[in-house]
Amino acid sequence: MRQPRMHRCALGLLLLSWVCAAAPMGDLDEVMRLLAMRRHGRVEFVEQHFLAVLRRPIESSGELLYDAPDHLEKRTLLPHPENLVLDGGALTVERGGRRRVLDLHRYPQIQPFVESIRATLAGDRGALERVYRLEFAGSLPRWSLTLEPLDRELAKVVQQVRIDGSRDELLRVEIRQPDGDRSLMTLRTPAAQ
Amino acid sequence: MTPQRAQIAALWIVCLAVACIVVARARYITDLSAFLPAKPTAAQQLLVDQLRDGPASRLILIAIDGADPGARTQASSAIAGRLRGDSRFSSVNNGEPVTAERDRQFLFEHRYLLSDRITAARFSATGLRAAIQDTIDDLASPAGLLLKSLLPQDPTGEMMHIIDQLERTPAPAASGGVWVSPDGARALIVAQTAAGGSDIDAQADAIRAVRAAFAAAPRESSAADARPLQLTLSGPGVFAVAARAKIERAAVRLSIAGSLLVVTLLFAVYRSLPALALGLLPVVSGAIVGIAAVALGFGAVHGITLGFGITLIGESVDYSIYFFVQSRRSPQGPAPALSWQQAWWPTIRLGALTSVCGFASLLPSGFPGLAQLGAYSISGLVAAALVTRYVLPALLPSGFAIRDVAPLGVRVAAVLRPFRRLSGRKVAALSVAVALTALAILHRHGATLWNRELSALSPISIEDQNTDARLRGDLGAADVRNLVVVAGATLDDALAGAERAAQALSPLIDAQVIGGFDSPANYLPSAGMQAARRGSLPDPTTLRDNLRQATTGLELDATRLQPFLSDVEAARRAPPVTARDLEGTSLRAGFEALVLHQKDRWNALLPLHPAVGKAIDIAQVAVALQAARVPEARALDLERESDDLYAGYLSEAIHFSLAGTLSIIVLLSIALRSPLRVVKVVAPLALAVLTVAAGLAFCAVQLTILHLVGMLLIVAVGSNYALFFDREAQVHEAGGESLTLASLVIANLSTVMGFGLLSFSQVPVLVALGTTVAPGAFLALLFAAVLSRADPSTPATSRA
Repeated sequence: MRQPRMHRCALGLLLLSWVCAAAPMGDLDEVMRLLAMRRHGRVEFVEQHFLAVLRRPIESSGELLYDAPDHLEKRTLLPHPENLVLDGGALTVERGGRRRVLDLHRYPQIQPFVESIRATLAGDRGALERVYRLEFAGSLPRWSLTLEPLDRELAKVVQQVRIDGSRDELLRVEIRQPDGDRSLMTLRTPAAQ
Repeated sequence: MTPQRAQIAALWIVCLAVACIVVARARYITDLSAFLPAKPTAAQQLLVDQLRDGPASRLILIAIDGADPGARTQASSAIAGRLRGDSRFSSVNNGEPVTAERDRQFLFEHRYLLSDRITAARFSATGLRAAIQDTIDDLASPAGLLLKSLLPQDPTGEMMHIIDQLERTPAPAASGGVWVSPDGARALIVAQTAAGGSDIDAQADAIRAVRAAFAAAPRESSAADARPLQLTLSGPGVFAVAARAKIERAAVRLSIAGSLLVVTLLFAVYRSLPALALGLLPVVSGAIVGIAAVALGFGAVHGITLGFGITLIGESVDYSIYFFVQSRRSPQGPAPALSWQQAWWPTIRLGALTSVCGFASLLPSGFPGLAQLGAYSISGLVAAALVTRYVLPALLPSGFAIRDVAPLGVRVAAVLRPFRRLSGRKVAALSVAVALTALAILHRHGATLWNRELSALSPISIEDQNTDARLRGDLGAADVRNLVVVAGATLDDALAGAERAAQALSPLIDAQVIGGFDSPANYLPSAGMQAARRGSLPDPTTLRDNLRQATTGLELDATRLQPFLSDVEAARRAPPVTARDLEGTSLRAGFEALVLHQKDRWNALLPLHPAVGKAIDIAQVAVALQAARVPEARALDLERESDDLYAGYLSEAIHFSLAGTLSIIVLLSIALRSPLRVVKVVAPLALAVLTVAAGLAFCAVQLTILHLVGMLLIVAVGSNYALFFDREAQVHEAGGESLTLASLVIANLSTVMGFGLLSFSQVPVLVALGTTVAPGAFLALLFAAVLSRADPSTPATSRA
């Protein structure tokens, strides 16, 4: 399921509004529009954390679920089952039968970082631009979006988020921290549904 | 004025002056202690402490509506910011992280004393390995961003655990960094006042501070046509302040309106200003003496005594009516054989004694407000009766007479004639029928006849109660209805008890009996617990060895954990944490809210949070505490305990009233010396009380303790009516009947008007008094008139 079928008339209106505003918008808006149209998503991920403090990277894998506009779920299966649910402002972590709810507003450092992925999935350019300076490269079939925090406090935690994608699919999310640590998440749409 | 009269007047003025001095110097209290037991049991004391000064009593819930989310967030920040700097508040929370740095520093520095996971096993090689593995897993989660920098110092993740320990309460929804209602329509702030909830003046002051902060908050709105920002306040203190204002307003307004009505009525009757002024002397003297007596007897006067007392001695207005009307001598007619003092006073005296017996049933009440009302009424009535008997005749100018009201009595007699012509048998049958009907209605309402909930007395409107429920719902866990209270001789005892109670409570979280609980021991463990935790930290060599074994094969290199080794060693040597260490952190307010210091003991409070979608069964909590043998811990459901307390007052008051009724019958038996006369005096009163109670029940009104007081008033006022009719039946004098009737009708009219007015009040307790006494007094007069004059020729009513 790539794009929901639309009523002809609604599509016409949408196209009209898009054409009228097309001139100052680049491919970024087209990507955002495609992302925004996508209401659900389910992908597999492999994530690696490269941390200086650790001898070797930590690797984990599982699946990522998204329901528009603000429900994001990260189900890690390996090496330890863990469930991470982001719903509104609450982040729920479930691991080993233990459940912990983090109120993201209490962690101003984490929130924008989590928001970067969620706002991208939601195609919410406004939300992204409130926190980050956006840089877009490539074209629709293969694009790359680089986010750099506007806020200096946030920049102490996150140096850069780079999201690679194709049309309305995210392929790769790389988060770089100022101390050189980074994490890399590779995403893949499951072959068969 | 004869010398004797002058002496009486002088004595009265001296007495009144002394009473005035006592009144002026008396201590007046307006807090809710009027409703709390004077000699509480240990369990009641806990409840009283909680209601007066507990954390629940000090909450002010603040909601900001209107405008747009941005403006609400801004206002929330501004208000919270301003109130945080205000010493009238011990804590202000709107979801913004404040004092976070200082808090974190305290928690991090003392993590090995604060974390409840610190045991010797956790610092063994296997324990460390599991803990470190857990932390590494955490690094991969978003929270890992925070943990990473702490890892070398805190590889076992105690810091995150402590934060979890303190934040077991589910936080309200948040938007823009501040708390909002789940639908996002309101920004929410929870403030806790420094003063206890029972200090209503301080609460009023705190509320003014919140309003001032709101007024000063910025209100730029992006939408031009948006609704302006609106402030809504709720909470026990807010209610207490509103209730006091409402009762004061209602009591003042109604007293003024009632006095005007009665004064107008009296003036219409007397047509004489001196008579009017003299006529008010008994009630004014009674009121002053009543307050003075309460002040002397109880040490302090409750607000409700002042508010309601005057309505209770309304009977004393009747005394002067009786005096003026009955002592009037028509200038043409022959002087009566007996003076008023000889002819009428004994009847009034008996009526006053009957009232005293009725009100005496309030005196032993455990409800201090009720006991004071009893003392006030008794002393006030006695004073008013004495002033009527001795002072009024002394002050009366010679040749003074009010307008002739006998024609009024004649007209009333004409109206009553058809009823009074009924045969004794018919009257008896009718009375029995009325009584049986009333009893049947009362019986049908049985269990629901009395309202046993304290909220029945609450002057808070349903609308305000709903607002409060909505705000509490928005905030999720702010409702401190259920809690465990642990008593101890010292703070440390209480904290140690709280730790034992926590062990008993933890399994209840897994069993979904409760959702969680707070404990002051999470902020400050007892000295014993601190020593145990410190003792479980291994020495540097052992720790180094254990750590090396633990990290073999793990991603984390033990050589990077040098800071951990030095921190553990520092913790082993550090002095114990004390309450002083909490200074300057927001944790101090959290800690202090959970600790209550009374004269000779400390209480640790562990508020319980309900599991999602499930009310707490406090009995299950009590059983768990008992099974774990923590005798110093007590599970408390504040709402139920308050209701139990009030239900206790109510059944006690009902029993005392029955005893009072019995004493009235004994008194009348002695005074009247005739069972039949006693029946004729008591029957109208009993019928009036039964009919009113049945009428209220029929109108779906649940009876409260104030209705009971109203019934005592019916007996107090009505006994005079019945006794005058009884006297009338005994003594035959020219024009006596019309004078009796006239004086009774005027007295009755003043009572019905005064109390009828209360029925229109917004305050439930006043409505209860009004709707009971106004119809009851009228019925008492009617029943007394009819029952006293049943045809003497029938055997049922033959004179004794």
